[in-house]
Amino acid sequence: MNTPDSTHARAPLPRPTRRRFIRRHSATVRITHWINVLCLSVMLMSGLQIFNAHPRLYWGKYGADTDHAFIVIGSRKQADGLHGFLRIGSLSIGTTGLLGVSQEGNAVVPRAFPSWLTIPSYYDLGAARNWHFLFAWLLVINGAIYLAHGFWRGHIRRDLLPDRDQLAPRHVWREVLDHARLRFAKGDEARRYNALQKITYLLVALVLLPLMVLTGLTMSPGMDAVFPFLPDLFGGRPSARTLHFITASLLVLFVVVHVLMVVLSGFWNNLRSMIDGRYAIDHSGEAR
Amino acid sequence: MKSGFSRRRMLAGLISGAGAVLLAGCDRATQSTGFGALLRNSERLTMESQRLLLGRQSLALEYSVADLSPVFRANGTQAPDSEEYNQLLENGFADWRLQVDGLVQQPLSLSLDELKRLPSRTQITRHDCVEGWSAIGQWQGVPLGRILDLARLKPGARYVVFHCADELEVTFDGSGRYYESIDLLDAYHPQTLLAYAMNGKALPVAHGAPLRLRVERQLGYKQAKYLMRIEVVPAFDTLWGGRGGYWEDRGYDWYAGI
Repeated sequence: MNTPDSTHARAPLPRPTRRRFIRRHSATVRITHWINVLCLSVMLMSGLQIFNAHPRLYWGKYGADTDHAFIVIGSRKQADGLHGFLRIGSLSIGTTGLLGVSQEGNAVVPRAFPSWLTIPSYYDLGAARNWHFLFAWLLVINGAIYLAHGFWRGHIRRDLLPDRDQLAPRHVWREVLDHARLRFAKGDEARRYNALQKITYLLVALVLLPLMVLTGLTMSPGMDAVFPFLPDLFGGRPSARTLHFITASLLVLFVVVHVLMVVLSGFWNNLRSMIDGRYAIDHSGEAR
Repeated sequence: MKSGFSRRRMLAGLISGAGAVLLAGCDRATQSTGFGALLRNSERLTMESQRLLLGRQSLALEYSVADLSPVFRANGTQAPDSEEYNQLLENGFADWRLQVDGLVQQPLSLSLDELKRLPSRTQITRHDCVEGWSAIGQWQGVPLGRILDLARLKPGARYVVFHCADELEVTFDGSGRYYESIDLLDAYHPQTLLAYAMNGKALPVAHGAPLRLRVERQLGYKQAKYLMRIEVVPAFDTLWGGRGGYWEDRGYDWYAGI
């Protein structure tokens, strides 16, 4: 049944693999996903521009130049020119060309993040803040629609909460091994997200992104007057700023792994499912 | 193998090319009239929603003496570079007067001693710079609302403009002179002070001697230093760059609550 019959080789029958389309993503999920892509890209790049204005991160209630910073992106002038570095705690890494010192037009300049990673590409803190806050509004509205829809219509409970069988340690370990071998689910198992996926998506949607918004709001002196518990929650405004940066880094890490997984586990199928909602499933035992 | 390599290079070239076009697009959008206006208008949305939540009286966080920054970073002008200011400084500001005028029934000219004799408020608050750093300091001064009450506002008064002694950018037309403005809601806020003391001592020159503004629910660039004159106005669009402040004229938002 599965092996193509050689006598019919000249007039191929429909492929013997049973390929079925399921509806994977609702319209709300698809639209909010792509708006989120836009918002996070703009907010990351304008955020790096804002960071460039003071590329030092502190912990505590206050933090300025004379206070101890535990993450610094800086530059040093030496005999052979400018050198960029990233310092985390007492560990200093040379990063000339990327962090601390990079090319801007024809000149090599001290600059925490390089101009090709920032919006605008030239130094303009005011404009970067405008970009950041405009897209922050869009992000928050978009996120609220996603979460309201997700809880209301059961997307989060049905598709993202791990099923009981998926939480068994043996199952999770199996998934870790499968991921490491780049073996992806087929057949009925591909109808649902695997446990690692579910946990990651929940972490991003319910922890990292809300944390991003909350630590962002904590940096606003106005919002701190409205919600005085905010700075206390994160150990101070400078701490909130540091957490904002670390959480953003975790989101970047998520996006890198997410895109890599999308490419490795069937790029066009995944991409199509996030555009028109249809996701093809090849049934097990039948070679593709 | 070779074709795979060049295809990979082409793809990388395509992606970086597309990135460069997008970035240039963002730069162009920033400077365009339409999108540039949209970018700046998000300020209104932020301000209206914060004001809705803030109300008139909600206070900025106050800290304890234990929280004070060991060194409070002095930003912007460290010492105004003018004959006039240096003379005032040499004299211990005995000849300095704060002018209060504009849309007021009773223009005022107040000496430092007169200000110090008015009931004062002391508060330990956090100063948040737009660049991202924060410092905690103690401020003592006269609530601005009290001065405005003494001068009695005329109908039509909407904003309070602070004219400063320092020129942050040296220009021929004087447009580099520091100034700031706030609306009456912030002007009458109980924590909005004309501060003459910092951390229990007379306000140091680097921090704006003899008098600076504290408007605690907004960022550092609103905290104008070296105050010389307070002007009550119906609008600030005819003043210097028309955006209500030195940094506002150079691209920062007038509402600095975020």
